[in-house]
Amino acid sequence: MNPTTDEMMTIVAARELKDGVVCFVGIGMPSTAANLAKRMHAPNAVLIYESGTIGAKPTRPPLSIGDGELAETADVVVSVPEIFSYWLQAGRIDVGFLGAAQLDKFGNLNSTVIGDYSHPAVRLPGAGGAPEIAANVKETYVMLRQNTRAFVEKIDFRTSFGNGDGAGSREALGMKGGGPKVIFTDIGVMRPDIATGELVLTALHPGRTVDEAKGATGWDLKISENLAFTKEPTDVELSTLRQLKGLVA
Amino acid sequence: MTHFASIVEAIEVSVKDGDSVALEGFTHLIPYAAGHEIIRQRKKNLTLIRMTPDVLYDQMIGAGCASKLIFSWGGNPGVGSLNRFREAIENDWPQPLAIEEHSHAGMAARYVAGASGLPFGILRGYTGTDLPKHTDSIASITCPFTGEVLTAVPALKPTVGIIHAQQADKDGNIGLWGIQGVQKETLLSAERNIVTVEEVVEKLDPRVTVTIPSWAINYVSVVPHGAHPSYAHGYYDRDNSFYRSWDKISRDRDNFTNWIKTHIDETRDFAEHLELVKSDFIDRENQSVTVSS
Repeated sequence: MNPTTDEMMTIVAARELKDGVVCFVGIGMPSTAANLAKRMHAPNAVLIYESGTIGAKPTRPPLSIGDGELAETADVVVSVPEIFSYWLQAGRIDVGFLGAAQLDKFGNLNSTVIGDYSHPAVRLPGAGGAPEIAANVKETYVMLRQNTRAFVEKIDFRTSFGNGDGAGSREALGMKGGGPKVIFTDIGVMRPDIATGELVLTALHPGRTVDEAKGATGWDLKISENLAFTKEPTDVELSTLRQLKGLVA
Repeated sequence: MTHFASIVEAIEVSVKDGDSVALEGFTHLIPYAAGHEIIRQRKKNLTLIRMTPDVLYDQMIGAGCASKLIFSWGGNPGVGSLNRFREAIENDWPQPLAIEEHSHAGMAARYVAGASGLPFGILRGYTGTDLPKHTDSIASITCPFTGEVLTAVPALKPTVGIIHAQQADKDGNIGLWGIQGVQKETLLSAERNIVTVEEVVEKLDPRVTVTIPSWAINYVSVVPHGAHPSYAHGYYDRDNSFYRSWDKISRDRDNFTNWIKTHIDETRDFAEHLELVKSDFIDRENQSVTVSS
């Protein structure tokens, strides 16, 4: 079985989630990755959706963040004010999974506008839960297809704070959460350098090259001295993922 | 004290041009029937408030009901972007739309403050983001006890708060269950409020997790399937094919305007609207059969 680029991304992200992790999940690929992890090596992962569903165990990929299936299978359903204050803001979430339209080399994210805010070229949906997820979770994971429109030198709007202008930026603002831990793309994996806060390519997926990764990045992407190569998806990972997705009506 | 009334009367009496109106529902229990009645009655210059403006607000904005939007995420959930919302912001059509943009955590804090009768809410939020540069209603405040700098956001106090719920009992107490969003805060932060329900029952279902007493509600209107195409837990599922088809319906101005005319303006009530949506769906199914054969 050959994985598609999206499947590769999803499987790599799923592998990163540890069993027992408490994970705030967005809809789409992050949700699929978290549910795959739960079916593979992390059966005790706690999935939390911003609609207030804590401990959701969906039997099919949810159609939206507030899918009835999430409420049906959750340990508890709480209000939106409660999920953001008692659970997220109070620091009870280990991992927050985010997507975006643009990302810069310090892992700051834009999901608000492309172009000028007052007269945008493209109006995107906006912040949703992202700014406070990025601020308050212990580790932020990002999933984003890699190309020069998305991986840019300067994002048009800072919706969610990553490492700001470099290492130490978060501490200076008194942020409680740990910030970006890992970026999963269709080409490889990036992690911030501890000394500088800048994203570094740390792994390449099967068949991908450093030149490809650099070419799909809008800044001069640094490459880790210990560049790793992502293990091929196993048949079990792929079939579990396809089964999970195939359950959509 | 609750008055049972038709949705036509409830909207006529409660919503005036220029009001601020919050129709809430976090992908669940979205009060579509009430929103359609606002369009049908051609209410103007409303400030629309909603955490997640989706297809319903796309319809209301495109139909020219709104001059301002207070929100935190505007999209077609699980499908993509909103064409009418985007066109209002990108091209000022059908009229300019002022925006006051927040995050979910900020909007939630604002509703809680409104429902609590406080002037503002507090959170650890917006730090390091560009939102405070563009949104005046985000300020910082220092904790008098610890010295920590936090974010303050003003209370939301909509003129009219509207939600959909599963049930009312015969005394007008409201019961809902499943994803509860900010339904309670919407009603309690508003000056006037309206609840549409699936049905009136003798005694609220034991599955009910949120109850709002009748004396805190102004109007209750019975509108079966009043949350369609969103869903009502325990009653019906989301009509996902409608959400997907909305992208096409709303893409072009004329097509959209014609849809509003035929599906809202020219339908007598929400039941007739639903019949029309159902027959569209059958047409779509038949067409796809024709194409594939």
